[in-house]
Amino acid sequence: MKSFKFDYIILPFVGIALCIAIWAIIAGKPITKVSIDDFGDKVTKTVRVGLSEDLPSPTEAWAASKLYVTQPLAKRGELDQGMLRFTWLSLKLVVQGYAIALLIGTPIGFMLGLSPAFAKMFDPIIQILRPVSPLAWLPLGMVLFLSAKFTVPGMGEYTASDLAAIFTIAVCSMWPTVLNTAVGVRAVPQDFLNVAKVLKLSRSKTLFKVLLPATLPYMFTGFRLSLGIAWLVIVAAEMLTGRPGVGGFLWQQYNALSYSHIILCILTIGVVGYVLDRLMSVVERRFKTI
Amino acid sequence: MPFLELHNVSKRYGSTEVLRDVNLSIEEGEFVAIVGYSGAGKTTLISMIASLLKPDSGTVKLRGEIITEPSPERGIVFQNYSLLPWLNVAENVALAVDQVFPTWSAEQRRAQVDKYLAMVNLTPARGKLPRELSGGMRQRVSVARALAAEPKILLLDEPLGALDALTRATLQDEIVRIWEQDRRTVVLITNDVDEGIMTAGRIIPLSAGPGATLGPSVAVDIARPRERKALNSDPAFKRVRKDVIEYLLGPGGRQKTVVKRKLTLPDLLPEDLNEPRTLFGAKRTARRRSEEKLEAVEVA
Repeated sequence: MKSFKFDYIILPFVGIALCIAIWAIIAGKPITKVSIDDFGDKVTKTVRVGLSEDLPSPTEAWAASKLYVTQPLAKRGELDQGMLRFTWLSLKLVVQGYAIALLIGTPIGFMLGLSPAFAKMFDPIIQILRPVSPLAWLPLGMVLFLSAKFTVPGMGEYTASDLAAIFTIAVCSMWPTVLNTAVGVRAVPQDFLNVAKVLKLSRSKTLFKVLLPATLPYMFTGFRLSLGIAWLVIVAAEMLTGRPGVGGFLWQQYNALSYSHIILCILTIGVVGYVLDRLMSVVERRFKTI
Repeated sequence: MPFLELHNVSKRYGSTEVLRDVNLSIEEGEFVAIVGYSGAGKTTLISMIASLLKPDSGTVKLRGEIITEPSPERGIVFQNYSLLPWLNVAENVALAVDQVFPTWSAEQRRAQVDKYLAMVNLTPARGKLPRELSGGMRQRVSVARALAAEPKILLLDEPLGALDALTRATLQDEIVRIWEQDRRTVVLITNDVDEGIMTAGRIIPLSAGPGATLGPSVAVDIARPRERKALNSDPAFKRVRKDVIEYLLGPGGRQKTVVKRKLTLPDLLPEDLNEPRTLFGAKRTARRRSEEKLEAVEVA
């Protein structure tokens, strides 16, 4: 439906403006009170009033965040960097965990889809592990890699907290890939398999020429969901390990009572997540084989 | 020794017997059409010839040897084309050619693909994806893929079933034209008697299931090329048509069975208004006179 010209540009801005307006109404405002104390001196006292008095208003949030946005690549300290720098640090971690998730998840999905015995064996475990929160996996990762510390040439040094974070991202984001791949393999039309049978394609040829292309759309749906979860997990991982990154910054600023930066971090996480999802959907469409 | 021979082949899915004691023998170079009801087990029959399904009992022999594994020497054209949607027309055909002739050079294989695409008049569409083609064109690609593997026998499983009548007629002529080039053995499955008469040298009706079996074969002794328009008044055409249809509607038709079932009559006694209402909801409902009768129903 098209209600008026350029509605697809104008309406989203109207929506955003509405949300900011609600935020402004809820947010607290500073009020300066002047009173005379017992000694007869003038005392000025600033208090915040409003529905949620400690929530910074949009203008306050912007004023506090300006530095991080306008100098996105600045580095003033380990946990005081520009937003793009933080995003880059977080993305680096996400990409590593996500890559491991895909590398492990896709073959597992194929085996689940191809072998009923394998599916019966591991499906219960997968269903049990799938809903476990990233907050629960992280301590396990810390324990697993407690004494691990090594350097990968070109990638830098990995400590226990890095490895635990990557482990958590990989474990949490693996499941959509595993399950979607399995569903995709099971959904390959029998006709395609019959073609492979009649032509006597070898096992590997059947896999790469028939099964894999037929499963690709399902796999990419899984990849896309996995990427969403991987980005979701990063905040939890960085919070608990105290690593520099968007999530780490968020947690530190909360502890430092700098509430404006929390909003900045939330918006950054949201925008990056949205961009990642868009990119993935472009890739997904590119690989639409059926 | 017949080229293809089915001996007492039976197949059941669960508790329903689909095919019972199917016997069939086909000579080399024959064009045989198997005509039957939809759902009678035609696809099951051809799947067993292609070894995509194993018969529960009986044997399928090709040149006297029992066959158990699918093989490109029994090329099959599926009812729903079964083209791989991510490969273009030439790649779909090349998939078969590369698999069957691995020792050939790249040029030889390419020439083979081109030859069969030309045979089905699809050279201009060689770079297109299946979804860009019409139903008739897709089916021609499917035929080209089966033929390019140079099978000893070509199995056509209702290849024209999903097409409109005009496209059907054109493709029937095309199938006959291709067959006449090298007279390969062809088994055509169809539910259209006229399609069988137009194309085949022999028509075998398949009776209605469950427990379908092949009826007496009817030779189509009409000289080729068969002219569609002239055919309607051809006495041979009329006779073949009558023979096949009489079998399909007569001995090979659906058996009617009488089933007795219980019939509960509707209750007509009104509720009794004299009875007092109880505290918890109305107990004053229509009284059931559970009267049951037995009824005989004919089930097709």
